[in-house]
Amino acid sequence: MIKIEFLPEKEIVLARVEGELDMQAAPGFRETIDAAVDSYRAKRLLLDFKNVTFIDSSGLGAILGRYKKLAQNNGRLVIAGARPQIKRVLELSGVLQIISLFETEARAMQKM
Amino acid sequence: MPKYNRMRLELLSLPENVGIARLAVASFASQLDFTLGDLEEIKVAVSEAVSNAVIHGYGKELGQIVVTGVYEGDRLSISVEDAGRGIADIELARQPSYTTDPERMGLGFVFIESFMDEVKIESEPGRGTKVMMVKQCREHAGREN
Repeated sequence: MIKIEFLPEKEIVLARVEGELDMQAAPGFRETIDAAVDSYRAKRLLLDFKNVTFIDSSGLGAILGRYKKLAQNNGRLVIAGARPQIKRVLELSGVLQIISLFETEARAMQKM
Repeated sequence: MPKYNRMRLELLSLPENVGIARLAVASFASQLDFTLGDLEEIKVAVSEAVSNAVIHGYGKELGQIVVTGVYEGDRLSISVEDAGRGIADIELARQPSYTTDPERMGLGFVFIESFMDEVKIESEPGRGTKVMMVKQCREHAGREN
């Protein structure tokens, strides 16, 4: 499940993602995020992963797809609040070389 | 008395069954003294192998995936087998970032190999693929995490 919020003062789409991000969830994640970014014409996307309990390469692919889409428009995607096991998969995949990870949503917001 | 147990799960190649497979195997593996971190790694490895079977093994067709788990002592062996299209070049498929789908990262086998102690893949075009993985449960692992 994803709860979307738009923060107009910072032009950030904040997506609070919950549950497991695998091949079953990835298409819904992709569609929901793309629809929000497109409708708000946002260039900044903050993914709050505090309540993400599992991620594999299908989930990572969906994140990377959103990153590429935003980067094409000079936008930015950051992740906040990943649990240790999620962080480990993000690190191993190499996506943290291009996507910043912050400890909390508030910290990410400050840096965006 | 040596610890021994085995499981077998037959699933249709549907995306909603990927989660069932990894949770069933993780639950089975939790009978050994794996750390929570180890169990998470097993879940990722199983998820990748079953996702590969759904996406690459069968594509848009529906087929059967068989997941087995066996442990003997502290050695857990897991296999994920499909009777789908098979892999023409296994070594190429094992390369990081090799993918046939732009929305995936080509990291499936990378995760499997990183998270498991031994990995063997058998595949034949037109006949299917079997991914065999082993994870050793280290002594006293349960107290670390």
